[in-house]
Amino acid sequence: MNQHEHTGGESASADSSRRSFLKQSSALAALVLTPPTAMAAADQGLDEKMAAAFEQMPLQVNVNGTAHRLSIEPRVTLLDLLREQLHLTGTKKGCDHGQCGACTVHVDGARVNACLTLAMTTEGSTVTTIEGLADGGPTGALHPMQAAFIKHDGFQCGYCTPGQIMSAVACIREGHANSPDEVREYMSGNICRCGAYANIVDAIMDVKKGGAKV
Amino acid sequence: MNPFQFTRVTTPKAAITAITKENGTYFLAGGTNLIDLMKREVIIPERLVDINKLPLATIEKTATGLRIGAMAKNSTVADHELVKKHFPLLSQALNAGASAQLRNMATVGGNMMQRTRCPYFYDNSMPCNKRSPVQAGPDKGQANGPTGCGAIGGINRMHAIFGTSTKCIAVHPSDMCIALVALDATVNVSGPKGDRQIPFSDFHRLPGDMPQKDNTLQPGELIMSVDLPTNRFSDNSHYLKVRDRASYAFALISVGVAIDMKRGTIQDVRLAMGGVAHKPWRLTAAEAFLKGKPATEANFKQAAALAMQGAKGYGENDFKLTLAPNSIVDALKTAAKTA
Repeated sequence: MNQHEHTGGESASADSSRRSFLKQSSALAALVLTPPTAMAAADQGLDEKMAAAFEQMPLQVNVNGTAHRLSIEPRVTLLDLLREQLHLTGTKKGCDHGQCGACTVHVDGARVNACLTLAMTTEGSTVTTIEGLADGGPTGALHPMQAAFIKHDGFQCGYCTPGQIMSAVACIREGHANSPDEVREYMSGNICRCGAYANIVDAIMDVKKGGAKV
Repeated sequence: MNPFQFTRVTTPKAAITAITKENGTYFLAGGTNLIDLMKREVIIPERLVDINKLPLATIEKTATGLRIGAMAKNSTVADHELVKKHFPLLSQALNAGASAQLRNMATVGGNMMQRTRCPYFYDNSMPCNKRSPVQAGPDKGQANGPTGCGAIGGINRMHAIFGTSTKCIAVHPSDMCIALVALDATVNVSGPKGDRQIPFSDFHRLPGDMPQKDNTLQPGELIMSVDLPTNRFSDNSHYLKVRDRASYAFALISVGVAIDMKRGTIQDVRLAMGGVAHKPWRLTAAEAFLKGKPATEANFKQAAALAMQGAKGYGENDFKLTLAPNSIVDALKTAAKTA
């Protein structure tokens, strides 16, 4: 994977897409929704405490082969960092409480729920999202698991799919895809509201049996 | 999520110093429960001390058994060769808990420290003595929402049938801890006053008048590791978890069984239950009864009846009074391979 420095933060984008509109309006909303502790601190003239409430901390993390030097609030989750600051919106926010698996990414090779991971705890780590799964990146050839999900119709609405695929790849790499029953057990952290489970299991078993490098 | 200060530490000593410095400081390990509680504003820390870089993730053989570092991930422990071979009950219990993703994040120490999943505890608009103790103050927890117990007389299908109090009927949610209490584990902790060992059965506590206190850790103490003594249970162990769906759900009832069997006779046995009490519930009377007896269904049923003495339902969880003894018998039969 190519390694190059990328300084995070708001990247200038010329198009006034729906997403950038949403981004701007949520920045305005953030000003209105100033944390109560910071407001209280400001009221009492506690400048130090107010500064602390908005404190930004340095974070170095490698995402999909790109080394990032970032400055973030400690309360930012890995999920929000990926989506809101690095604009990697392939990772989805479902329940935001570790119950649905839509936010599944790999941190140092292990599948985790990005919504329950504070970004600060990924200091020095390597993160892989759905955008970084295929060797050629998002514009290259599909990863075998992505191709298998299409072949087996492993999704309907597609919202849980990035998490399902990241989880499925880890399931095989961990050695927990030896039977449909084992796949069902080790994929139970990924909920599919459309109920594509049967086809998801087929896709995973197909990749496993095919022996393709995942 | 409310803003908080964030400190990263690399030595246990620095961790203990950091947590004793100011009130409202919490250790952050895997975060699978704490971050969730912070998002829901059930817990609102002033400061988090990130202990993920502490060198406490080792799993190693000792003279008396196995030592598992407090920061070892649940998935690492469950898949560890020594654990699978010598302590299969622990491996089974770990794999019965949560999801593959959460087990990759959650640590042994964090699993022990996780809070109840009682829905009243999780809802700031509902009464809960655990979340909002009658007298809030240092060491008594943080007032957050109304006091009382919504579960008593409320929705209590998941709740305790043993060791309850008029203040709280919540259950401890861990699967791992059921195996650890059954396997006579010891907890090694370090704190401002030095190191000490806590028998696993004394680590968690019953609610009594202080349901806000889940365990017997003293302020500033850090879990360093868990010790497991060598045993003869590895051939006849079973963790049975009864839940509302096949995977990824908390236990209605769980039973951990470990038997030392010789020609159909129970030389020694360990029994513990989850989903029934505020702490991992060891079934000592049933163990004493079974010791030296043949592994027969009749004996298992008598043991289960002994284990159920003192059980009390709260309405919606009355079914546990039948499900629990049936589960004990079933788990014993599976572990003894008489099923």
